[in-house]
Amino acid sequence: MNPPDNHWLTRPATIRRLWIIGYVTLAVTVALQWLVPIHGYFGVDGWFGFGALFGFFSCVLMVFGAKLLGALLKRPDTYYDV
Amino acid sequence: MFESLPPALALIGGALLTAAIGSRQLRAFVVIGAPLVCLYGIWQVPDGVSLEASFLGYPLELVEGSPVRRLFATIFAIMAATGAVFAFNHARRTELVAAQFYAAGAVGVSFAGDLLTLFVFWELMALFSTVVVWCGGTEKARAAGVRYAIMHLLGGVVLKVGIEGLLISSGSLDIRALQATDFSTWMILIGILINAAAPPLSAWLSDAYPNASPTGSVFLSAFTTKTAILALILLFPGESILIWVGLFMVFYGIIYALLENDIRRILAFSIVNQVGFMVCAVGIGTEMAINGAAAHAFAHIIYKALLFMSAGVVVMRTGMHLCTDVGGLFRTMPITMWCGVIGALAISSFPLTSGFTTKTMISQASVDEGLMLVYFLLAAASAGVFLHAGIKFPWFVFFQKDSGLRPKDAPWNMTVAMLFFAGLCILLGVYPQLLYPLLPYAVDYVPYKAGKVLFYLQLLLFSGLAFFLLLPWMQRTLTLSLDVDWLWRKGLPLLSRAGSRLGSPLVNAAQARLGGALNAITTSARNTMGHTGPLGRSWEIGTTALWIVLLLMVYVFAYYLF
Repeated sequence: MNPPDNHWLTRPATIRRLWIIGYVTLAVTVALQWLVPIHGYFGVDGWFGFGALFGFFSCVLMVFGAKLLGALLKRPDTYYDV
Repeated sequence: MFESLPPALALIGGALLTAAIGSRQLRAFVVIGAPLVCLYGIWQVPDGVSLEASFLGYPLELVEGSPVRRLFATIFAIMAATGAVFAFNHARRTELVAAQFYAAGAVGVSFAGDLLTLFVFWELMALFSTVVVWCGGTEKARAAGVRYAIMHLLGGVVLKVGIEGLLISSGSLDIRALQATDFSTWMILIGILINAAAPPLSAWLSDAYPNASPTGSVFLSAFTTKTAILALILLFPGESILIWVGLFMVFYGIIYALLENDIRRILAFSIVNQVGFMVCAVGIGTEMAINGAAAHAFAHIIYKALLFMSAGVVVMRTGMHLCTDVGGLFRTMPITMWCGVIGALAISSFPLTSGFTTKTMISQASVDEGLMLVYFLLAAASAGVFLHAGIKFPWFVFFQKDSGLRPKDAPWNMTVAMLFFAGLCILLGVYPQLLYPLLPYAVDYVPYKAGKVLFYLQLLLFSGLAFFLLLPWMQRTLTLSLDVDWLWRKGLPLLSRAGSRLGSPLVNAAQARLGGALNAITTSARNTMGHTGPLGRSWEIGTTALWIVLLLMVYVFAYYLF
């Protein structure tokens, strides 16, 4: 075991910068839809920002669903050990 | 002369040589060379039946070529060779031998022209993949291997029942498109689906694969489920129930992977998820869908093996296998990390990776058929793949917290194997034209359209946002998640214990009664046939001779009279 280091990727300033870059990228991918039209196959998927909202909320739903099922299905990982 | 032999023979020969050769260097040469010889053989197989035999009067078609068969066999051989490069320096000899037999089974299934030949190679795979699981070497690997073997032998029996039934009803063992309309065809379909890890019997996969050795799980990830996909393509294209089976697998894989803590088990669940996409495509059954299933299987074997290699290096170097134990490994394992990230991007079908150029064909097929619900569920699942495999795997293994571990990066041969597959992931993403001509039907598909790329970027990047915003909910816990296998791992023992408690007074009474009866029988037998009894005591020779003379006289009289 080594003591925790001060790798540039783990510094709070870098992490803050990464969040900013991330948010800018997200904004750009949505804004680009003004320049590059998305021709939806079923109407609704061509709406502005549909991909972003659909992706985000399906993930929220799946994490939420997993959490609910987890409450039912999770056991200590020694459960099957005799 | 070489051209007329089944390509699988090269791998069987390689396995036998590997078992026989003592020198490590020479063995490495064989383990890597045999799949390459096999690959050459695969591309010599012409379309149509090229090798026939007969067994117990049944005509067998040992080798039948077609584009889709060659495609699957090709990726199996490439996988066997690259897996050998990854493994030869670290795996036990038994594992290398078993892996080659296992790959031979997969190649054999690919070219099987009749169901009997298919069945024989199918069982070869079941047998030797079990050995690969056992090579994990731990008590858990032994137990998981036994459960794995039982499940696959059961699947084999179900398949065989179906094959026999089909032979009786139709008189033909030929592999052709069937429909699940009667008992035998249903048995064949179920037997194949067990190998595809379809519900309700998916648990064998996530049970066994993570218990294999770091090299063994790389081989395991490739062959069994994908031969099942090929069998479905050949036997049940357009069987519409497969659409829903596939969609169930897709979401089962995501949910269980989200709950999982074991690094390789996350990847195992995501195999079920990815195979679900292919099963769904076979269910759609159009030319576009079958092309999509085949292309996706090809790309999937590469990036899934790459992910298992990356995870295998971590398990080998750290000795840890839980997300909660590792983290921060990017510092000292940059190559393993980058290869893992490329595999993760490919499985999430990020633009410029092989996942994008293959999986979107399946979505396109659902659009062409007007299956709106299927299309949106597949899109949601694509977001979910990025969530459970695309970010979760690299994040928890290589970043999250600093675990304080500073393991060395991968050894040279493992690096070579990983870089090769990582390169293929990108190559097939940038030049899908390399893969498209090999697909079963002519490809009329443009993967990169600006609008579509933008849609997928929005979808995936915002799933990423969801991951990091929900991170407090994603923290791993020291838990496992119950599956259907609870029924026999816990339920049956509980039932038998409860049964013996409740039933013991009855059983005791029955045993006493039975014991009394048995005692009476043995006593009477001892009295008549013991050495003092009338039948058992020894007689003098004279008496014996007298008896023989008497019996002979009776015989002669009887012969004379009748």
